[in-house]
Amino acid sequence: MTDSGTEKKRSLSVICSKGSFDMAYPGLILANAARMAGVDARLFFTFWGLDIVNKKKIDHLHLNLVGNPSAPIPAMIAGLPGVEALATVQMRKEMERLDIPPIREFVEMLDDAGADLYGCQMALDMFKLTKDDLVPQVKDVLTAMDFMDMSEGAQIIFI
Amino acid sequence: MSLEAVQTDPEGYLANSDDWSEELAKELATQMGIELTDEHWKVLNSARAIEAESGSSPGLRKISKRSETPIKSIYKLFPDGPAKLIAKIAGIPKPKSCL
Repeated sequence: MTDSGTEKKRSLSVICSKGSFDMAYPGLILANAARMAGVDARLFFTFWGLDIVNKKKIDHLHLNLVGNPSAPIPAMIAGLPGVEALATVQMRKEMERLDIPPIREFVEMLDDAGADLYGCQMALDMFKLTKDDLVPQVKDVLTAMDFMDMSEGAQIIFI
Repeated sequence: MSLEAVQTDPEGYLANSDDWSEELAKELATQMGIELTDEHWKVLNSARAIEAESGSSPGLRKISKRSETPIKSIYKLFPDGPAKLIAKIAGIPKPKSCL
């Protein structure tokens, strides 16, 4: 074991700023990997990232195809009504096959794993939301400065 | 094989799976500050079974499902990095899964 007692425990801060289905997963997966490896993890949901923990939106996040050069279909078609929804359904199916949990279950799993979830005060104000609009796993609502203080010595990932 | 004689890779995972025994698992766990109970064994045996069947060291989600032990409980049983601790004590390689 490497724990010498004097070594500071590793910790990870993930800032989730995007609310599309495909951009929700990286932050959740990284925070979960950290917890599985014994690294402390906290997540800060800001701007569109708030959608990931918004009660009304958590089950309805959409893939982002338009303006995404990696999209497997031409931009003109991607922009047609319903195409992103259809692609999202396809991706959900594929993820289910690989046993990757849906976002809501993933957020619950992170909470069970001891990761701390926080909402961004300014983003909530901007979208006229309160903490009650967020899933119960969100521990608190913070300012960016609070989150920085909390992240003292942590590795920070911005998504 | 005793704890002193057993070989591990640089990260602390068992180098030869044949070296593993229940006795060794107990010693490894004690070294990590864990006293193995039936609940621990349910988790460890599930991890070993999945690895034996699939040839791939499982992540926590698979172990949780197979052992019918909630994720939350697994973190209580193996605090401080359950995925790594389980693999080390169960004598299987570092997990290949991100979940």
